Amino acid sequence: MCGIVGLFLKKEELRPRLGDLLSDMLVTMTDRGPDSAGIAIYGDDAEGLKMTVQSDTPEETFATLETDLGGALGKPVSLKVIDTHAVINLPAGTEAEAKSFMKKRGIRVMGSGHAMEIFKEVGLPKDVAERFGIRAMSGSHGIGHTRMATESAVTTMGAHPFSTDDDQCLVHNGSLSNHNRMRQILTRKGFPPATENDTEVAACYISASLAEGANLGEALEGTLTDLDGFFTFVVGTKNGFGVVRDPIACKPAVMAETDDYVAFGSEYRALATLPGIDEARVWEPEPATVYFWER
Amino acid sequence: MMQTIDMATTPLRDLNALLQSQAEGNNQIQFSIENPKGSHAVAVGLDAPIEVTVNGSTGYYLAGMNKQATVRVTGHTGPGVAENMMSGTVIIEGDASQYAGATGHGGLLVIKGNASSRCGISMKGIDIVVHGNIGHMSAFMAQKGNLVVLGDAGDALGDSLYEARLFVRGSVKSLGADCIEKEMRPEHIEILKDLLERSGADASPEQFKRYGSARKLYNFNIDHAGEY
Repeated sequence: MCGIVGLFLKKEELRPRLGDLLSDMLVTMTDRGPDSAGIAIYGDDAEGLKMTVQSDTPEETFATLETDLGGALGKPVSLKVIDTHAVINLPAGTEAEAKSFMKKRGIRVMGSGHAMEIFKEVGLPKDVAERFGIRAMSGSHGIGHTRMATESAVTTMGAHPFSTDDDQCLVHNGSLSNHNRMRQILTRKGFPPATENDTEVAACYISASLAEGANLGEALEGTLTDLDGFFTFVVGTKNGFGVVRDPIACKPAVMAETDDYVAFGSEYRALATLPGIDEARVWEPEPATVYFWER
Repeated sequence: MMQTIDMATTPLRDLNALLQSQAEGNNQIQFSIENPKGSHAVAVGLDAPIEVTVNGSTGYYLAGMNKQATVRVTGHTGPGVAENMMSGTVIIEGDASQYAGATGHGGLLVIKGNASSRCGISMKGIDIVVHGNIGHMSAFMAQKGNLVVLGDAGDALGDSLYEARLFVRGSVKSLGADCIEKEMRPEHIEILKDLLERSGADASPEQFKRYGSARKLYNFNIDHAGEY
């Protein structure tokens, strides 16, 4: 099944409420996906790059990470530990080195970007949102997912959102059937999926398209010809927010738009708590049709 | 007298138990439901001539298996509205999601906005009137009843159709297998006139085209007997 929520704010004044609004939306989708949950928040632009990492033994692993990583890079880094995750502020140009450092240490990289932070764990959406303090987070847009696993194991790395390039993330409701073939193609293009998960292949597909110069709309359009299977995707970029459903469109989707925001929910229930929803334009996104917003 | 039930304070099962316990001949016939907030399975399994108004939008399976009752929703409704309805009337002021009126045996479903994909799939006698458009694969394997669409129909309308009648005023993106346009005869004009009136639709029957089964897919052809 799986539940998706997304919120793209149009008004600056709502930014402090982003985490709170998204948390309510996410928790409402618990019965569509009770095994894991995740959220990507696009917050304030950092000077360098923010890398979100995860460890199953955070106390031990993160205790010396700041000094060790700073030492390895030869430049100081700053680090903020949030439950099993840590958000590291990296000096410009050190991303690749930091990534290989994490790999050597067995620390999982959730994603990185100038604006995006990403938090995902196994567990009930309510607990996941609480552990990471999502409610208190502010930002311009965010995407969340509640997972009921079908194609791969219930693990942190199998949870959504998937981020396969800076400030990009994707969540998915459905299942892909040509992901093995696409995995080979995308690996050759320089976007190798890190897991066996089908959704990550879609995230890599979008990243590869954007890297090749497509805009968000074109990248989403491409999924309709190149990806086979059932999908409703919601995609975030640093400035954008997009939605596409496969031509059969059996995975549910509802959208709402007001002067203040664009919102996505797998069901209307997820949108029912939003301010001004009674006056919002509410519609079901059409099959095989790309919707995207950029600021 | 109107009884009001607030879903912010009344659990769904209590609400449905109350509505399902109404018997024919009761004085209490009008119910107003507040704060549905997209809840699933609101007002399902009713079997009495009561009038239920839901103020807001609902989720999956509103008024499923309805008998006799009139259920009205002021907002939108999710997938499977009036699924397997037997009789009565269900009116949606806004849009309906996938498979509206699926497998319905009788009664009237009116959607004043748009319905999405698979509207009237496997319908078995229900009448469905959609004031807006319908999505792809609507009336798939529809057996009996009438589907009336004032707007446009999506791809593969009436695929593998049996004996349901389909009336569309706007364009049809494509017809499904074994579905063809058919002549509009006086008896069809009569059926359509009645349905348009009962559903409050502002349209004249002459503006519609009728579609039905070519009867090539589901009839056994004696000339093919040797193939089996």
